[in-house]
Amino acid sequence: MQNTVISYLENTVGQYPDKVAVQDKESACTFEELRKAALCISTAIFRRIQMTKQPIFVYLPKSVRSIQAFMGVLYSGNFYTPTDVNFPFEKANSIIKCLQPALILSDTKHASILESNGVDSERILNLDEISFDAENEDFVCTDIIDTDVAYILFTSGSTGVPKGVVISHRSIIDYIDWAKECFRVNEKDTIGNQAPFYFDNSTLDIYLMLSTGATLQIVPEGLFAFPAKLMEYVRTMEINTIFWVPSVFINVANMDILSRIDCSCLKKILFAGEVMPNKHLNYWRKHIKDALYANLYGPTEITVDCTYYLVDREFADDEPLPIGVPCVNSNVMLLDDEGRLIEEANVTGELCVRGTSLALGYWNNWEKTNEVFVQNPMNKAYPEKIYCTGDLAHYNEFGEIMFDGRKDFQIKHMGYRIELGEIETMVLGLEEIKEACVLYDSDNREIVLCYVGLETANKQYLRRCLMNKLPKYMIPTKYIQMEVLPKNDNGKINRKELQKCIMEKA
Amino acid sequence: MEQLYRMLEELRPEFDFREDVNYIEEGMLDSFDIISLVDEIEEKYSIKIDGLDIIPDNFETIEKISTLIVRSGGVIE
Repeated sequence: MQNTVISYLENTVGQYPDKVAVQDKESACTFEELRKAALCISTAIFRRIQMTKQPIFVYLPKSVRSIQAFMGVLYSGNFYTPTDVNFPFEKANSIIKCLQPALILSDTKHASILESNGVDSERILNLDEISFDAENEDFVCTDIIDTDVAYILFTSGSTGVPKGVVISHRSIIDYIDWAKECFRVNEKDTIGNQAPFYFDNSTLDIYLMLSTGATLQIVPEGLFAFPAKLMEYVRTMEINTIFWVPSVFINVANMDILSRIDCSCLKKILFAGEVMPNKHLNYWRKHIKDALYANLYGPTEITVDCTYYLVDREFADDEPLPIGVPCVNSNVMLLDDEGRLIEEANVTGELCVRGTSLALGYWNNWEKTNEVFVQNPMNKAYPEKIYCTGDLAHYNEFGEIMFDGRKDFQIKHMGYRIELGEIETMVLGLEEIKEACVLYDSDNREIVLCYVGLETANKQYLRRCLMNKLPKYMIPTKYIQMEVLPKNDNGKINRKELQKCIMEKA
Repeated sequence: MEQLYRMLEELRPEFDFREDVNYIEEGMLDSFDIISLVDEIEEKYSIKIDGLDIIPDNFETIEKISTLIVRSGGVIE
């Protein structure tokens, strides 16, 4: 019986010890080497903290070493939180504050960044300084059960404080066992990873590699700005499986790369994170004909995905693509405003999910946890939690689920999940700003900041300030300074009116 | 040329693009910037840049970006 995700690695090492597990632009390691490195890290962690079931923050660039670190943390009986070392430190620091990690794993270069920002060196374990000698005594924690935590991923929070989604070993196993079968992934596959490790689409890439013996190619991040280079890389590395955000597919299609670069090596093409327009998908289907295409959907709180649609029929360019049907062992319920179950077609309700893959909650945040992880309204007899996504959806005539948008102000931009409120909080924190409202122009893929403030608060100035506070993908791309923001009767900013103004200007 | 400098400065106000440096190597333009820059160039110069030309080499210096614009049918004043 499998009760931790570590068994995936143990089994695969038994079958394919010398196959390449992970490769980045500088290095590669086999499954056996991955296991050995992870055990050395596990031992070093235990020697330092002598504790298990603790959060450990991994402050490393996206690399082979970070995968070894994740596995090391799990062997040690603790759980990991990845981040992006390119984030402004303020963002990383807000995660550290909420997580209160027992230890931070890093390397020499990034440990010095941590220390120069006031992190106590006692809390840092520098992996450049530990012994990767196989003679080491291996520490493996054996009392972990499947309801224990494997990782915590932080997502944007509307008040500016990020939320840590707590995911158990069992949830990952539940998700990966489904994905492995559904997409028939095996040791012959090469997965081209795009998703940052702090974004849970990477769970599919990492754990499919561990569970099947497939090779994980960490595609150099810089390539995603250059679709021609990116697709050349796919061809050279013979990548056959990808799980990327639609923005990347859209850029490749807009630049008509596939008619010039032959990427017929791609056999499994998966996407999630935002809406995939059929216009661009049709371009891909026309150029790469004999591949499987799948549209996946799900928030981090349900462990990557809870519905999927295997693209099996023709769509017009302007038709919406279904998000499909629930993954095996997940159940989706559409609930109306009164909490009643919607079963008929074409009635929109909030998409709520049940299943083993539900997160355990938000780390150190009972209030937010209780708000969205609620009792199943269909069940009055015993405690049973469901997660309310805040996404709106309906069934089409085929019984497939169709995504209709958000209930609140959360958006997806370049595949990233962003609370517009988080950006507003940061903008309003600037002295020169009196009023601010952030909107999303989905047609032009722009984050629009409408604001009232001093004359000195121009675009250049605001960008410069926000760079230190927010990750690049959250920085507004359009700035509209106004005399006053439109208000509705109760004095709140009239977002609808503002949205209309912007559309007219565009 | 001045228009192009202004475009770059608006995109990343914290850097001096008039200095004689390699924008890509210095990290002055990253993936997000390139995507926005291409959009903006296409709009301002009413041209379409071929996707195969959108490679790091062509964005390293102001001269290289201008050459790319001219090759794509744009006129630099």
